[in-house]
Amino acid sequence: MQVTLKILRFDPQKDQRPHWETYQVEAEPWDRVLDLLHKVKWDQDGTLAFRRSCGHGICGSDAMLINGKNRLACKTLVKDLGSVITVEPIRGLPVEKDLIVDMEPFFAAYRAVKPYLINDEPPPQRERLQSPEERERFDQGTKCILCASCTTSCPVFWVNGTYIGPAAIVQAHRFLFDSRDRGKRERFKALGSGSGVWRCRTAYNCTEACPREIPVTQLIEEVKRAILMDRF
Amino acid sequence: MAHRHEVIVVGAGGAGLATALYAAREGADVAVVSKLYPTRSHTGAAQGGIGAALGNVEEDHWEWHMFDTVKGGDYLTDQDAAEVFAKEVIEAVIELEHMGLPFDRLPNGKIAQRRFGGHTKDWGKAPVHRAAHAADRTGHMILQTLYQQCVKHNITFYNEFHVTDVILEDGVAKGLVALELATGELHLFQAKAIVIASGGFGRIYKVTSNAYTLTGDLQAILYRKGLPLEDMEFYQFHPTGLYPLGILLTEGARGEGGILRNALGERFMERYAPTIKDLAPRDLVSRAMYLEVREGRGCGPKKDHVLLDLTHLPPEVIEKKLPDITEFSRIYLGVDPLKEPVPVMPTAHYAMGGIPTTLWGQVIKGEKNTVVPGLYAAGEAACVSLHGANRLGTNSLGDLVVFGRRAGIHAARFAKDADYHELTEAHLGESRERIERIKNSTGKEKVAALRAELQQSMMDHASVFRTGELLKKQVEILKELMDRYKRISIDDKGDAYNTELVEALELGYLLEVSEALVHSALNRTESRGAHAREDYPERDDQNWLKHTLAYKVEDGKVAFRYKPVVLGRFEPKARTY
Ligand SMILES: Cc1cc2nc3c(=O)[nH]c(=O)nc-3n(C[C@H](O)[C@H](O)[C@H](O)COP(=O)(O)OP(=O)(O)OC[C@H]3O[C@@H](n4cnc5c(N)ncnc54)[C@H](O)[C@@H]3O)c2cc1C
Ligand code: SF4
Ligand code: FES
Repeated sequence: MQVTLKILRFDPQKDQRPHWETYQVEAEPWDRVLDLLHKVKWDQDGTLAFRRSCGHGICGSDAMLINGKNRLACKTLVKDLGSVITVEPIRGLPVEKDLIVDMEPFFAAYRAVKPYLINDEPPPQRERLQSPEERERFDQGTKCILCASCTTSCPVFWVNGTYIGPAAIVQAHRFLFDSRDRGKRERFKALGSGSGVWRCRTAYNCTEACPREIPVTQLIEEVKRAILMDRF
Repeated sequence: MAHRHEVIVVGAGGAGLATALYAAREGADVAVVSKLYPTRSHTGAAQGGIGAALGNVEEDHWEWHMFDTVKGGDYLTDQDAAEVFAKEVIEAVIELEHMGLPFDRLPNGKIAQRRFGGHTKDWGKAPVHRAAHAADRTGHMILQTLYQQCVKHNITFYNEFHVTDVILEDGVAKGLVALELATGELHLFQAKAIVIASGGFGRIYKVTSNAYTLTGDLQAILYRKGLPLEDMEFYQFHPTGLYPLGILLTEGARGEGGILRNALGERFMERYAPTIKDLAPRDLVSRAMYLEVREGRGCGPKKDHVLLDLTHLPPEVIEKKLPDITEFSRIYLGVDPLKEPVPVMPTAHYAMGGIPTTLWGQVIKGEKNTVVPGLYAAGEAACVSLHGANRLGTNSLGDLVVFGRRAGIHAARFAKDADYHELTEAHLGESRERIERIKNSTGKEKVAALRAELQQSMMDHASVFRTGELLKKQVEILKELMDRYKRISIDDKGDAYNTELVEALELGYLLEVSEALVHSALNRTESRGAHAREDYPERDDQNWLKHTLAYKVEDGKVAFRYKPVVLGRFEPKARTY
């Protein structure tokens, strides 16, 4: 089938502002959007820039706004989109070139929640024990690939870039609910601050955007509740 | 711009991050230079598990693990490496747990373990539960956990910096040159010790489980500089690549009870490996699949693949223990593994060969194990050689942590007593010239077209089964492709995120590692592990129980030297399963 691919392009050395370019590509229904971007880059215009690595939804490189929704280009198939496809960079982070945005603010928010196990008790000789139920409690957050689909679909984040955003809260959740972690208080500082969880207005965009099907909004709510419980 | 750190690690996959972490713990000033953001590294794609004789589910011993590794490697494995590995990987897994890795758990709270190909109890009697896992995203959890620890230790990262040169002068490693992708600027890195952890090169083949970015960059850079590559002829094809894409379906699927079937519905592995059947090592299973197809028992309209049947497993086992691969099959093929068998065919997966090193990761330059001071390698880019002629599943993740740790510790200690070397702008010259040549070229050759020819021809002439005739043909094809590579041109003349330039550089690396692989394969006139020569079907210990060291002389010309295999506990025996 013939697909009309519209891509929002921007070259910092040439353009004042982003502009649309349209490409006609021959595609199979089972092609990934990433395959179409490669067809453009490899056969029509080598200057098109985008990030990608794994090609199957596991590295988090290629979150883009595809037909108006944040998704991974490598996990979105042509058959689910139809014959006109628009691709734009994810929103709320500075565009560097074409579909590539500056990820530094995103990773700064990630670092702010102390995304590592905090536990200073001397570990046992063997593994620390954890029951399957305790392990299950924080399973959802461990699936996160830091693709930024959630954070860059959040209307609060678009308006206020200092909001740490859903992805950072998902990371915090992963540790807060891990029976081995002792870092609650330290993390609550970032989470309870003015740029923390209370900015969330439960718009649910994040949950819809997550390519790993993590119930992001639910995890954010659980973190809010944990902070409240801790106060009383 | 110039930077200086005592230890600089190239690559931020499992090997690079483990190295950086342990070097930092030794007190060294450490930086990591990576062309990808760390969490984008392909270690994150590893699914099934990390093997260690924890004995949590049933009796197990490091000696059994060592034996399986040596036998799995068709006795080309260096037994000192296998011994160090089988012992230290136990500690490594425990330490990963202490760092917070969310392993799956047994009802008693210990780390859960599953079965995997070639891992046995009692010296080969039956499969054993040895692979510690976190669902089917074990690699993702290892990568995340190690990165989290690096964040905790405030390690410096140069993300999206593409290394284009390693500065080797007077026989020592002095620094690096890297292209900053965001700006197009070349940076000079001065270091006392450099550790190469840049991963594999599955992209030399058309069908592969490897990321687009796995192009053997640093192997090629060192090879061009006259350093050897070891055992490059041994390249592993993983049996269960999702047909026709090549996306991996973990061996853990068979570990949980999955069965391979041909068009007649037969469990054909019963004929090839009567004792452990579908859980035979990968080289055996991949060849069996090719033979089934060749003999007309393939499935589908083209009779060109076989089926992985999980339909008899309890749905909750599939959904809970194999959620990601279930999703891959549903999304990319529209096949629900709960209801119908999944089409599979071998996919290019893992390089057993690479940059030769000592047990402490020091890079070796000759058959006498002379080291290059200040230069280290770890992970898939390196060859210690733990995996010999064929790697066992779950032994790579263990390799990353065990030998990454050793390289990190040694590099940090080496750096303490070493001085920085003088570097100048002139050291950028070689990289600058290479980049300018590509950018200014008006040649007619295109990167994507050349790469496609390379990948198809490698698949046709140098994959699962090989013959002298086909390999010779490939030698000629590579010569021609290398010549045409000199006339490639690109559209993008800009500086910021010139990803077309990066692809052009990467194609150059792919051609170099292909050359080393094909020449080594033609040179080795026996069959061993993953290297199956139809014109030399037997293993030949008399002449070939030795490692290949391939040296580039010029394009199309490779010289060989040989390193003895370190034997020990286990005498080479016929390999049956
Ligand atoms: C799909 C899949 C599943 C697997 N499952 C398992 C499993 O279950 N168990 C197991 O033991 N093994 C498994 N393996 C094998 C194992 O995952 C890999 O061998 C291992 O992760 C490689 O790790 P690494 O750190 O060496 O390299 P990688 O993780 O590939 O990292 C390479 C790094 O080098 C950097 N780099 C490369 N070139 C340059 C350059 N020019 N300049 C700067 N940086 C550069 C990249 O940015 C990246 O950070 C699997 C492999 C695949 C592909
Ligand atoms: S929570 Fe989901 S959408 Fe957000 S960064 Fe993680 S994987 Fe991406
Ligand atoms: S390329 Fe890795 S997630 Fe899409």
